[in-house]
Amino acid sequence: MDFTPIFENYRLYLDGLELTVKLVFTSLAIGLAMAVPLAILRTSRNPLVNGPVWAFTYFFRGTPLLVQMFLLYYGLGQMQFMIGLSQQFDFLKDAYWYALLAFTLNTAAYTTEIIRGAIEGTDYGEVEAARACGMSRLMIYRRVILPSAFRRALPAYSNEVIFMLHGSALASVITIIDLTGAARIIASRHYNPFEAFIAVGVVYFCITFTLIGGFKLLERHWYAHLRPREEAAGKGKTKARQPA
Amino acid sequence: MEGFEVLIDYMPRLLEGAVVTVEVAFVSLAIALALGLMTASAKLSKSRLARTVAGIYTTVIRGVPDLVLMLLIFFGGQIQVNNIGAYFGWDYIDVDAFTAGTLTIGFIFGAYMGETFRGAFMAVPVGLLEAGYAYGMSGRQVFLRILVPQMMRHALPGLGNNWLVLIKATALVSIIGLHDLVLNAGQAGGSTRLPFIFYLFVAFAFLVFTTLSIWALRWLEKYYSAGVRRA
Repeated sequence: MDFTPIFENYRLYLDGLELTVKLVFTSLAIGLAMAVPLAILRTSRNPLVNGPVWAFTYFFRGTPLLVQMFLLYYGLGQMQFMIGLSQQFDFLKDAYWYALLAFTLNTAAYTTEIIRGAIEGTDYGEVEAARACGMSRLMIYRRVILPSAFRRALPAYSNEVIFMLHGSALASVITIIDLTGAARIIASRHYNPFEAFIAVGVVYFCITFTLIGGFKLLERHWYAHLRPREEAAGKGKTKARQPA
Repeated sequence: MEGFEVLIDYMPRLLEGAVVTVEVAFVSLAIALALGLMTASAKLSKSRLARTVAGIYTTVIRGVPDLVLMLLIFFGGQIQVNNIGAYFGWDYIDVDAFTAGTLTIGFIFGAYMGETFRGAFMAVPVGLLEAGYAYGMSGRQVFLRILVPQMMRHALPGLGNNWLVLIKATALVSIIGLHDLVLNAGQAGGSTRLPFIFYLFVAFAFLVFTTLSIWALRWLEKYYSAGVRRA
C-alpha cells in the first residue's frame, strides 16, 4: 500500500473536508430550526394541522436520501420555471444548493419526529402546574415543555447528527467535491481506490468520534442533576449521620 | 401530465429494477442477520479476542459512511481480489456490483444487528437456558430451541428499525452500477428528459416497501409476543 498520492494531494482532501463540514452543519442548523415549530404542529390534535406535517415526515423518512437528492437535483431541473430561474440566477446551477436543500428537508423530517416524541413524553403534571401558575401557552412551551423535551431528545439527536455526517457522502454523487468526492478523484486519477477510500474513511471516523465525544460532554452537562452523588454516598457523611 | 404515459411505457424496466432492489434487500438482510448473531455471541463470549474483534468491527462500521465502505469494497476489493488471484495463479475474477453491494450492506447492518441481538440475548433469563442444559440439550439445541425464540420478541423492535433503514440503504447500489430501481428510473428519466416523474415513482415505490414492512413487522411482533401479558 502506498499512501503518498494522498499526502501529495492533501489540499484536495482539506477543501473536501471544508465542504463536508459546511454542508452538514448548515443543513443541521436549518433543519433543527424548522423541526421545532413542525414538531409542535405535529402534536396538535387537529388533523388539518398535524396531517400535512405527518405526510412530510412520512415521505422524507420513508424514502432514501439519495432518491430525494436526485428528485431535487435532476427533477427540478426539468421544470420550465426552474430553467427560466437558473438563467437569471447563476447560483441555481450549482449542485451544492440542491444537496443542501435535500439534506435540510431530510434532517428536518427526522428531527421533527425526535422532538415530537420528546414533547409527548412531557409529564402532564408539569404542564398543569405551569397553567396553575397562570402561564400562557407560549410561555409554557418556552419555559417548561421545550427545555425538558430538548434534554430528552439529545441522545436520539446525536444519532441523527452522525447519520447526517454519513449521509453527506452522497453529495459526491451529484458532482460535489466533498470529502468522498476528493477520494473518488484521487482513486480514479492514481488508480488506488483502496488507499484513497481508507484514508477518507479514517477522516470520517475521527469526525464521528469527536462528535460523539462532544455529545457525551453535553449530556454530562445537561444530565448533571441525574448523576448519582458519589461523594455524598461514599465518604464520611453517611457515617456522621449515624448516632455514635 | 404527459409524464404518466411515459411512466407506463417504461413500467417493465422499472419493475425489473424493483425486483433487483428487493433481492438486494433480502440477500443483505440474510448476511446481516448471520453476522449480527455472530457479533452478539462474540460480544457476550468469554474469549477476550472474540470480544475485541467484535468491538473493533462495530466501532469501525459506526464511524465510516456506508457509501465510502461500498466504494472501498467495490473498487478496492476488485484490485485486492485480483492481487491475491495473481499470487495463486487464478484467472481474472470479476467482483460484480450485486456481490459488492449485498456484501457491503450486509456487513454494515451486521454491526447494527449485533447490537440489537446483544441486548435481546441479555433479556432472556439464564434460568431458561440452564433448564435446557438440565434436560440434556446440546449448546446448539439450547441456542436454537430456547434462546432464539425467546429473544426474538425483545429483538424485533430494533430489528424492524434496522430493516427499514436497510431497505433505504439499498438505493446506494445504483451508484456502483447495479441496475436496481433507482438506476433504471434514472436512465429512463434521462432519456425521456422527465426525471422528476420517474424519481417520484421511485420514492413512492420505496414508501410502499416501507409501509408493507411496517405491517409485516406488526404481525411478527404479535406472533412472537404470544403468551406475554401486556401491562
